[in-house]
Amino acid sequence: MNDIITTRELTKKFNGLTAVDHISFSVKKGEIFGFLGPNGAGKTTTIKMLTTLLHPTSGTAEIAGFNITKDKEKVRQYIGVVFQEPALDTELTGIENLDFHARMYGIRKEERKERIEKLLQLIDLSEKKDVLVKNYSGGMKRRLEIARGLIHHPHVLFLDEPTLGLDAQTRRVIWDYIKEMNHKENTTIFLTTHYMDEADYLCDRVGMIDHGQILVIDTINNLKNSVGNDIITLSCSDMHRLSRELEKKTWIKNIKQHNTFLTLGVEKGEEKIPAIVEIAQTLKIRIKSINVRKPTLDDVFLHYTGRSIREQEPENPLKQIAKIRYRKQ
Amino acid sequence: MSKITELQAIYVMWLREMKRFIRARSRLLASIIQPLFFLTILGFGLNKAIIPGVEGDYMYFLAPGVIAMAIMFSSMFTGVSVLWDKKFGFLQEVLVAPVSRLSIVIGRTLGGATTALIQGLIILIIALSLGVRVSTISQLILTLIMMIIIAFTSVGFGLIIASKMEDLQGFQLIMNMLILPLFFLSSAFFPLDKLTETMPTWIGDIFMINPLFYMVDGIRGSLTGINNHFHPLIDLLVLLIICIAMMSLGSYFFGKSEV
Ligand SMILES: Nc1ncnc2c1ncn2[C@@H]1O[C@H](COP(=O)(O)OP(=O)(O)OP(=O)(O)O)[C@@H](O)[C@H]1O
Ligand SMILES: [Mg+2]
Repeated sequence: MNDIITTRELTKKFNGLTAVDHISFSVKKGEIFGFLGPNGAGKTTTIKMLTTLLHPTSGTAEIAGFNITKDKEKVRQYIGVVFQEPALDTELTGIENLDFHARMYGIRKEERKERIEKLLQLIDLSEKKDVLVKNYSGGMKRRLEIARGLIHHPHVLFLDEPTLGLDAQTRRVIWDYIKEMNHKENTTIFLTTHYMDEADYLCDRVGMIDHGQILVIDTINNLKNSVGNDIITLSCSDMHRLSRELEKKTWIKNIKQHNTFLTLGVEKGEEKIPAIVEIAQTLKIRIKSINVRKPTLDDVFLHYTGRSIREQEPENPLKQIAKIRYRKQ
Repeated sequence: MSKITELQAIYVMWLREMKRFIRARSRLLASIIQPLFFLTILGFGLNKAIIPGVEGDYMYFLAPGVIAMAIMFSSMFTGVSVLWDKKFGFLQEVLVAPVSRLSIVIGRTLGGATTALIQGLIILIIALSLGVRVSTISQLILTLIMMIIIAFTSVGFGLIIASKMEDLQGFQLIMNMLILPLFFLSSAFFPLDKLTETMPTWIGDIFMINPLFYMVDGIRGSLTGINNHFHPLIDLLVLLIICIAMMSLGSYFFGKSEV
């Protein structure tokens, strides 16, 4: 058996609102799998069901062969969780929080000590271990939580938005811990995020989720290739006419019209720009801006939903175009 | 999971309560000072007053009620503090551990009972130093047993509230609308059962269905041995039944709670 998580039609309704809508997927042993989706997509709700904290409205799931509703305690033995919201006892010190956890998981004294020492070093908190957690910074708390989730050698570690609200440097550090954990301890990792770059950097496979439904699941490379090796973003005076003309060209893998711009998935984007400009000129359409870049996961999300995951993300083509325009004026 | 793991979980839940208790000095201080005020101000102020139905010094009458109150409020607070854990996310960490909900409840209850008992004992010592006398060791032991049962009952009650309420406002409402009236009708401050001339009889009878009455009456009967309505062993029996009911309901609701 190679799949460590499998879900079948997993569904959760909160009086009328379907937060998670009949999702089925599986995660392979040893991989880093990511759920990528905007706010309110149902990521946390999925994690809470998989970690036995919420009872599914319908459907079911298995973790390491155990059913999440029938064998709750078995499932709990095999998993570690880092919740989206901090779940530390702030009135205890860092090491007391780790010790509490280790005891809850029945780890014996010698192993407990050794393991906690090792993890404290790994997350670089050995010096702060006797400080009350309420005096920790956000990044320190997050590191402590990740370490805590690993104390008992879980087979699957759930990370709900592991770097939400942290600065770029701390995020890097946490990403590297996650990779190291996955590598050294062979922990399967299920993480959720709405950061493109995070999913891109960490995950082997990604499931895109929106309004409680899975849009697509695949490896990062396959996802990006599905929208073209290169993405050309352009804005022009008559998008409608131009896109109808471009649709006829076989070298354009896909074409999408958004509010103020078009995106085209192509191969060897630099070489296609002159051809596109030429086509526009013959149609007497004025191109306002055009650029080519490698596809990001946001392009994939945009492709499936017609909107960007987060408007404020720098990869957002809308903003890029706005910038180009601004410069030209 | 193995029995050892469950025992360790109980222990660590208890340990956590202890650590938090020791660190929250202001809470400890407040929980002792309030009963102290009752004892000194009411106790001394009314010590030689003649209150219908009260035999002997008023201090003797008052001390058991104040001890019961201190234990009850403190343990109820521990039970309800699950709400804080819910609010600050820590409850998730506890609930996702491979430990039965029962062990979690037991650990927390033992922790709450221990802290409440410490506070109760401090009040007891103060009461003794203010002149309340215990005549035999077996009286004292019976008092301690009553105190323990009251603590467990109240933690259980607190757990029920915490599992059914979303926030602390609900708890405050229950304290003001239910617990305080029941406390005033528990004979802690004046004997309800002997006041048939000055009060409508139904108020005198209501004590029979008031669990708090048995708490106060139980400690009164065992500690001072005067002014009690029932024999302390009868109180003990009633309290035990209430305790089992509260603990079972508390664990049941807590076990079903989701976060
Ligand atoms: N306990 C609850 N009661 C009612 N509705 C809820 C509850 N929990 C979540 N929801 C709703 O379910 C939907 C999905 O929420 P969820 O927390 O799973 O989203 P998410 O993908 O984790 O979002 P975010 O990125 O903001 O964390 C939201 O619309 C939310 O309002
Ligand atoms: Mg979430």
